[in-house]
Amino acid sequence: MVNLMSTPSSKISLLSVENYDRLKRRQESNHKAVWNLLDAVKDPEIPPLSIWDLGVLQDITQQQAVITVTITPTYSGCPAMQVIAEDITTVLQRAGYSNFRIATRLSPAWTTDWLSESARNRLRQYGVTPPQEEDAIFCPQCSSTEVRLISEFGSTACKALYQCKTCQEPFDYFKRI
Amino acid sequence: MLIDKSQLKIFVLRLADDALVIAHRLSEWCSHGPSLEEDLALTNVALDYMGRARMFYGYAAEIAGDGSTEDTYAYDRDCRDFTNLLIHELPRGDFAFTMARQYLVDEFNLAYMELLQQSKDPTLAAIATKANKEGLYHLRRSRKWLLRLGDGTAESHNRLQQAMEDIWGYTTELFEMDELEQAIVEAGIGVNAIHLHPQWKQRVTATLTEATITVPSSDWAVTGGRKGIHTEALGHILSDMQFLQRAYPGQQW
Ligand SMILES: [Zn+2]
Repeated sequence: MVNLMSTPSSKISLLSVENYDRLKRRQESNHKAVWNLLDAVKDPEIPPLSIWDLGVLQDITQQQAVITVTITPTYSGCPAMQVIAEDITTVLQRAGYSNFRIATRLSPAWTTDWLSESARNRLRQYGVTPPQEEDAIFCPQCSSTEVRLISEFGSTACKALYQCKTCQEPFDYFKRI
Repeated sequence: MLIDKSQLKIFVLRLADDALVIAHRLSEWCSHGPSLEEDLALTNVALDYMGRARMFYGYAAEIAGDGSTEDTYAYDRDCRDFTNLLIHELPRGDFAFTMARQYLVDEFNLAYMELLQQSKDPTLAAIATKANKEGLYHLRRSRKWLLRLGDGTAESHNRLQQAMEDIWGYTTELFEMDELEQAIVEAGIGVNAIHLHPQWKQRVTATLTEATITVPSSDWAVTGGRKGIHTEALGHILSDMQFLQRAYPGQQW
């Protein structure tokens, strides 16, 4: 789990207000068990990242007996969102929860700025270059920044397809949005 | 100035129909793209528009509060109930036609969504913010294709020039405003499309010039989409898209 205090001080300025609020909601939540359970829900297209890592999981609240899980969609038409909602349902039901609903929140709009450092590192280990400034896009295999764009849209809406000019390997780049 | 719910619903459905119809046209390229990368790009853009359509339809259903759902609007309405701008429904044509249309629409949508982010209606503002982020990528891609096709081979140049000639008269409608949209603008909710025209024209002219394409003359225009008066093409889209729900009403996956 991401801990605000363990973030290197040089990176704190990069933490957006929205993400800081989200961290706080988790840390001060009365439903820590539910937050932790949902760490098991991964992006079906990028399995090393959970919906928490992605910034999709926004809040968990309770009104009377009903628990509301609030999520923010990544891309408008991302087919993974449907699967994510189904996976949340499965995980909660398996843990014995029955009285819950999943709410979608559009604003503030999802941004890749919400990806934590640890999530970025895992993306890279998985072979996907994490979101960068355009001129800093590097090859996840050999770290070369001598790369060329092949297609603005890769295997999914969130990724672009690049090729490394140094090692020739094609790679996915998680677009900054 | 205040507007009532039914006016807002009509306005939201217009935006929804625009997105659904262009999404459908783009999705027709699935497995027919000129290359695998292009196939993926076209269908990814289609998905963005489909998602946009779903958000708008969902919001329209919420406003209506009469049990309608996004599916009711997509599957249970006939041609005359659809209020998309005609440019979106034109048959996909060849790749040059698809990219020409996409570029013209991308330029328009990006400017439109940028302003809609300021809407006093929080849901519309939120959808616009998402659409705007995605739209930047759409425009970057379609603009690059215009340059490549226009300044490419004689064949690609001619096809793109022809596509522009065939589409141009449908762009007039992008910048039309009726009484309803005027009221929506005055309520601080909508966007005055007329104001978008000068910048759109300037940007499009710059791109076409760079692509060595002649800007077509504006001596013809077809409008009517917002009134439900469509080209023949929309009926064909609906017969394809709505067939299953018409044959088996209420059927689900
Ligand atoms: Zn490399």
